[in-house]
Amino acid sequence: MGVIGDVFQWLTDPAHWSGSGGILVRTFQHVWYSLVATGIATAIALPIGVFIGHTGRGALVAVNLTNLGRAIPTLGIIILVFQLAGYGFVPVLVALVAVAVPPIVTNSYIGVRSVDPEVRESAEGMGMRGRQVLWQVELPVAMPLIMAGIRTSTVQVVATATLAAYVGLGGLGRYLIDGLSQRDLPQVVGGAILVALLALATELVLGRVQALVVSPGLAERGADAAVRAKVEKAA
Amino acid sequence: MTDGPAPVLAAELIRWSWIGDHLDDIRDYLLQHVELTGLALLFGLLLAFPLALAAVQWPRLYGPILAFTGVLFTIPSLALFILLIPFTGLQIQTALIGLTIYTLLILVRNMVEGLRGVDRDVREAAQAMGYTRARQLFQVELPLALPVIMAGVRIATVTTIGLVTVTALIGWGGLGRLFIDGFTLDFTTPIVVGIVLSAALAFAADLLLVGLQQRLTPWARSRRG
Repeated sequence: MGVIGDVFQWLTDPAHWSGSGGILVRTFQHVWYSLVATGIATAIALPIGVFIGHTGRGALVAVNLTNLGRAIPTLGIIILVFQLAGYGFVPVLVALVAVAVPPIVTNSYIGVRSVDPEVRESAEGMGMRGRQVLWQVELPVAMPLIMAGIRTSTVQVVATATLAAYVGLGGLGRYLIDGLSQRDLPQVVGGAILVALLALATELVLGRVQALVVSPGLAERGADAAVRAKVEKAA
Repeated sequence: MTDGPAPVLAAELIRWSWIGDHLDDIRDYLLQHVELTGLALLFGLLLAFPLALAAVQWPRLYGPILAFTGVLFTIPSLALFILLIPFTGLQIQTALIGLTIYTLLILVRNMVEGLRGVDRDVREAAQAMGYTRARQLFQVELPLALPVIMAGVRIATVTTIGLVTVTALIGWGGLGRLFIDGFTLDFTTPIVVGIVLSAALAFAADLLLVGLQQRLTPWARSRRG
């Protein structure tokens, strides 16, 4: 097929890799937006999810947040935010953070909640206080699910940031949106390949991070949690 | 943002007369949304069922099937739709194939876990009563696995309803077209209508599936929701 050759040519043309609109800069932008959004979302969502899991208060919120997030179309939110606030990195960032929060809240809640009561009781029986139980027992045991939530969120943010190119955000999504409006098939498809690779690379890298931070005794639970958490797809 | 009072902002957010003037368009978008969602789920179920049966029959296949559908699931939706364009152009197939692919991971996983969760004693009882393998599958195992399978169908449905809106960027989109309309007209009403109707459709579909599940599994009604 001629298209495949054209796409290959687009991807391998050195002129497309350099400069302010080049693939390297756009990839860096995409990674940067995703890191900032997921970082902020983790800082907000992790304490909330862990608090709900530890105390059992607000469990209904934690479970329903993800259902709500699943039902609300992210493309609509991004365009609405753009219409209301105009283009700016901050409004887009708010939308990206909103996409990333629910899976982290829900997964960290489930992670802490599903710690075996006997494990918790034996920690208390050993004389640990609430805070020690949380830091030394509940969090390490919940880590596979917490990481699974962060992985899911990050991949969603990478996908949503692609859509946000529609309202002017940089990153690899630009090739898709600009290429579609210019009817430039090699650019669109080349960009789509890069976006797909970035999402898969994100998943792989975070899988490695997960293997590092999860206790080896829980490794199997971690792999299982990663597959289980993969029911979130917003974009 | 602005120093105007809140009612002014609310008035800007929704202009009711626009909705009244565009009811026909909104209805068409809604119907397209339902059509895309329904077809994607139908094809998803038709593909997931044999994959799930294969994974139950040959457990070694389950890992690779999960890994493969998981990789597809990870690809951002706009990118996947675009990667199909060289093969199917901007036709409805591009949207449908992409949406179907995203249902597979959830459907296969829940089908396999539902079928694997059937009590061994129940299976042995069916065998002892002389059920053939096919009859055992359709009359014993599938009904017992139905709650888990339906949980997957519900997640896949709500997810698909959201993802349909993304296909607006390749010329489809159902209610997602209202986002593009609002963007090009520089006008919030269509966007708000699109978000509200899309979320309402997701909730309605979910309720419908819960009702369907209760009808299909009357024996479970007293025990679980």
